[in-house]
Order: sequence, then C-alpha cells, then structure tokens
Amino acid sequence: MHADLVNLTAEPGVAKPDPLLVADGVTRAFGGLVAVHVEHLEIQRGAITALIGPNGAGKSTLFNVLSGFDRADRGHWTFDGAPVTGRSAHRLARRGLVRTFQLTKTLGRLSVLENMKLAATGQRGERLVTSLLPPLWLKQEREIQHRADELLERFRLAHMRDEYAGTLSGGQRKLLEMARALMVRPTMVLLDEPMAGVNPALTQSLLSHITDLRDEGMTVCFVEHDMDVVMGISDWVVCMAEGEIAAEGPPEAVAQNPAVIDAYLGKRHDEPGTEHDHG
Amino acid sequence: MDWAVIVSDAIRSGIGPVAAVYALAAIGLNLHFGYTGLLNFGQVAFMLVGAYGVAASVSTYGLPLWVGVLIGLGSSVVLALLLGLPTLRLRAEYLAIATIAAGEILRLFYRSSWAEPVTGGVFGLQRFAVEFYDVNPIPRDTYGIWLVRYTSLDLWALSVAWAMVLLTAGVVALLVHSPWGRVIRAIREDEDAVRSLGKSVYAYKMQSLVLGGAIGSMAGMMLAIQNQSVNPDSYDPVVTFFLYTIVVLGGAGRVLGPIVGAILFWAILTFFDSALREAIGAGYVSSEVISAPEVGAVRFALVGLGLMLLMIFRPQGLLGSRKEMLLDAR
Ligand SMILES: Nc1ncnc2c1ncn2[C@@H]1O[C@H](COP(=O)(O)OP(=O)(O)OP(=O)(O)O)[C@@H](O)[C@H]1O
Ligand SMILES: [Mg+2]
Repeated sequence: MHADLVNLTAEPGVAKPDPLLVADGVTRAFGGLVAVHVEHLEIQRGAITALIGPNGAGKSTLFNVLSGFDRADRGHWTFDGAPVTGRSAHRLARRGLVRTFQLTKTLGRLSVLENMKLAATGQRGERLVTSLLPPLWLKQEREIQHRADELLERFRLAHMRDEYAGTLSGGQRKLLEMARALMVRPTMVLLDEPMAGVNPALTQSLLSHITDLRDEGMTVCFVEHDMDVVMGISDWVVCMAEGEIAAEGPPEAVAQNPAVIDAYLGKRHDEPGTEHDHG
Repeated sequence: MDWAVIVSDAIRSGIGPVAAVYALAAIGLNLHFGYTGLLNFGQVAFMLVGAYGVAASVSTYGLPLWVGVLIGLGSSVVLALLLGLPTLRLRAEYLAIATIAAGEILRLFYRSSWAEPVTGGVFGLQRFAVEFYDVNPIPRDTYGIWLVRYTSLDLWALSVAWAMVLLTAGVVALLVHSPWGRVIRAIREDEDAVRSLGKSVYAYKMQSLVLGGAIGSMAGMMLAIQNQSVNPDSYDPVVTFFLYTIVVLGGAGRVLGPIVGAILFWAILTFFDSALREAIGAGYVSSEVISAPEVGAVRFALVGLGLMLLMIFRPQGLLGSRKEMLLDAR
C-alpha cells in the first residue's frame, strides 16, 4: 500500500497528505433525484484510488462533473491547487485531468493509429495555418507516432493499428480508449470501468501497466465493479452509495466496512431479528 | 433526335463555368458536412454575400474589382461568425436551423426596396465584371472540339473557375490530411471524445465554418462574374440542396468528391434536359405529355430518381468507401 496513506483514519472525507483533487459540497441532481452529493473528497497524488459502489450510486456522474462534462448544481473543486470549478472539459484535459467513458467513445471512421495520434497535446500541425506546411510538423508527427506505436504494443492493439477503430470489438475499444487517454500524458486519469469486457489475462498485464504509471508519478482514479481488481491494485478505496461517499479507506478496511456491505446488499441485511428473505 | 447534340450539350455543361462554380461551393460544403459534420443548410448565403460583395463594391461604389473580392471574403467571414458564435456550442441542429433561416433572410433583405440603393433590389446589379473580362488573354473566337465549343468569354471564366477549384481542392487536401484535419474528422465522429483529449471543439468547428463559408463566397463571386449580373432570386435555398446532392453524389468526406459530383450533376441534368427537348422536337414524346416549358421540372424529377437509385446501390457516393460507410451502422 501507498506509504503516505498508511496512517489515515478510514472515514468519509478524510484529509490526505498530498491531495491532487479536492472536491467540496459537489451536488448534481436530475429533477428530484440527487445523483451526487459529495461533502468532501480528496484524492491523493501519485496513488491509485478505486471508486466503487452499486449501480446508480453516482460514480459516473461524479466523474462527469469533475471532468467538466456535466455541470454541478453546487460545490467547488480544485485540481493541482487551482480552482477549476465549472472549467470546460478540454481546458481540464489540457491541465492534465483526462477521463475515459463508461460507454466507449472511439472515433469509428479514424484508424486506430489516428485515434492515438489525435490525443497527443501541443501539436503544431493542429493549428490551421501551420497545418498547411508539413515540414513544420512532420518531425513532431513521427515522434507522436512512435509513442503511439509503443502504447498500442503494450495494449495488444498493434495488429489493429491501421484498421478503422469502428471495426474493434467492445473490449478492444476499452483498451483503445485507455491507451488514447495516456497519449495525452495526463497528471491524473479518471477511468470509468476500464476493465469491463477485457479478458482476464490482459487485465493482469494492464493492471501492472497502471501500477507502473503510478510509480512514474501519475495519479489514477478508476471505477470498477470487479473486487479482485480493486483489491489487487488500489492504494485507497472510496465507496459511493446513493450519491454520497459511504466509506473510504485502504482496500482491506473498506472490504470489511459495514457501510460498504450495506451499500451493496441493501441495509438491514444482517441486523439481528430481520428475515433473510432475499436468497 | 440528334444524339450528338444531346451528348455535346451534356459535356459542355459538365465542364462549363457553372459546374466549376458549383464544384467550388461544394468543396466548402464538403469541409463543413463531409469532414467536420456541420449541418450547414445555407451555403447559398455565403455565395450570396460573396457575389454581392463584388457586385455592390464595383457597381454601386465604383471600387476596383480586387477590393470587391476582399469585401466579399470579409462578408463571408462575418456571416460565418454570426452564425457560428451562438450555435456551435449547441447541438448540431441549431446550426442547421440558423443557416437555413439566414439564407432566406439575406435573400429577402438583399431584394428589399430598403436595400435597393446598394443591391439594386429585385433588379439586381450589372456591369461589375468589366475588369475581369478586360484582362482576358484569349482572343475573340470560339474554341473547343467537336460540338463542345465555348466563346472566349466563357472559356476565360471557366479556366479561372476551374483553376480556383483545383487550387482550393489542393489546399483542402493538405488540410484534411494534416493533424488539423484529423481533429475535424474526429469532431465529426464524436465531439465529447475530442473534448476529453484537450481540444477546443468550438474553435475547430468555427475555423471549419469560416473556411468553408469563404470558399462558398468565392464560388458566389465567380458565379456573379460569369453571369455578369447578380439577382437575389438566383440565390434560392434550392442551390444549397443541389450542393448537398453534388457532395453526396461524389462522396462526402472525399477531396475530389465535390468535383466529380459537380461535373456529373450538371452533365446528367443537361443530358435529361437536352434529351427531353430533342424527343419532344422529334415527336417521340407528345407535347401533350410533357410540353417544352415543363422540361425544366421533369429533368429535376429524373435527377431525383437517379439520386434514389444511387442511395440504394451506392450510398457512399461515387468516390466514397463502402467499408467506411458501413461502420456507421454499428
Ligand atoms: N442524464 C441523466 N438524466 C437523468 N438521470 C441521470 C442521468 N445520468 C445519471 N442519472 C441518474 O443518476 C444516478 C447515478 O447514475 P450514474 O451513471 O452516475 O451511476 P453509476 O454509479 O455510474 O452506475 P454504474 O455502476 O451502473 O455505472 C442514476 O440513478 C441515474 O439514473
Ligand atoms: Mg457508471
């Protein structure tokens, strides 16, 4: 486990020694349904944080709000010390906060390689005037392509490099989206169920890749339903239920936290005197 | 029924100056619709401001032609900004509504008696293309092979227009194969994905709208110069739909699509026109069934039929890739 997080109390909203993302009073309601209501949440820099919770707990909505894809009704949050409340998605991405989507957004009529190259930042050839003068950007383009090829190799997509991304399978799309997010060289990635639909052997290799990235200093926050994955790599686990942070703590502690078990199985499941009428 | 006349009419029209003008305007529309996925239903509005930029500058204010060209281009940029600023942050439909409305509003405004001192109102403007034809290096004569012949004036106009088409297509080819083009093609696929990678989707859509609109205004200028007159009613919304037909026929999102599309569109349209007239003349078609004045409408019905067949048998257009198109269905 991450050394800095060892001595923290496992309670919702606990302060971290070196938080990269800090959210306060973030609320998002859809009509009468409060999808997200987070009093206080800090995400430790350079750690892997898992965000768990039952279906409809508000995990994706929280990602959407924090990454600028949805508006919060209330609340504010900072990224890397700077207030970024309501900042547009592309500005946040440029600052280093990059997210992936639960429902993949591959760009179907671009090749897999083009999907990757698109994601590189600071490209001279992306400016209208310089784009007309290839000598100004071809060298940079080759560097980007080299980096893209390395990542594609790592994500077992090298053989699909020149195919349209629209021809990829569901799992391959997940892989491409994650690889593409890494092309941005983010400070922090928000991965929404990155391993859903990916075969177990590849999952293991990608998990080790994620821990490598963490060791190089990247901050990772991911939503995941597979508890083996969560227990395997996370340094810290945050559990959401009905829009709120129900519990947080180191993986082992969270696994035994009654609030978490309540969240997943419904309240009153093991209170003495209640009937076990479900199953 | 003289087939030589019918075929030569079709060829003359397919490579004539009007086809070149439509090819140019369709290149701009292809940048919007084919590459960026912008639903611009008012490309004709850009042609209108381009045409009147030249015509009014020269004919009303007595400015030199090149100043008129700059004013035409400038007007198209202003129009693109006015249309794009409020709509490009919203869903795609809003641009569609704004552009289709702008086309009609501008046409009605330019033909109103209020604007008449500048635009000539319903009478339009003439005598602004003198400078263009003064520099015509081609001696007075008719040129061509077989029955496909042009006057030196038409030959000059069509040479300049096709040169503009090729030049613009070259620039567009460079653009869409650059990283800039990669971004706009990605926007066509999924805006949110592009945003999540740190690109300002809004800025790119605006650049595409301005650029494609400016290309449209050049087409409008060329049309005005070629006709040596402008009249607001020739900038009817149907022009935009011809341009869509051309883009789809040639293949949306293909550099040469609009060029191939425009040549074929005008060749086929004229072929039907000429063939019907010949058939009526020769008595094959009784003038009770189709009379000569109705030919204009019937040829469009036939073009519509042709398009339906195209959509059934080759929906990706002539130059499009079927593989790429089938991806959409997933
Ligand atoms: N656009 C929307 N309009 C209305 N309600 C929404 C919208 N998006 C989410 N919700 C509601 O907000 C709640 C939280 O949804 P969210 O997608 O954040 O859940 P989640 O924790 O990501 O679930 P899962 O694990 O199934 O992905 C759900 O009850 C959902 O119905
Ligand atoms: Mg979700």
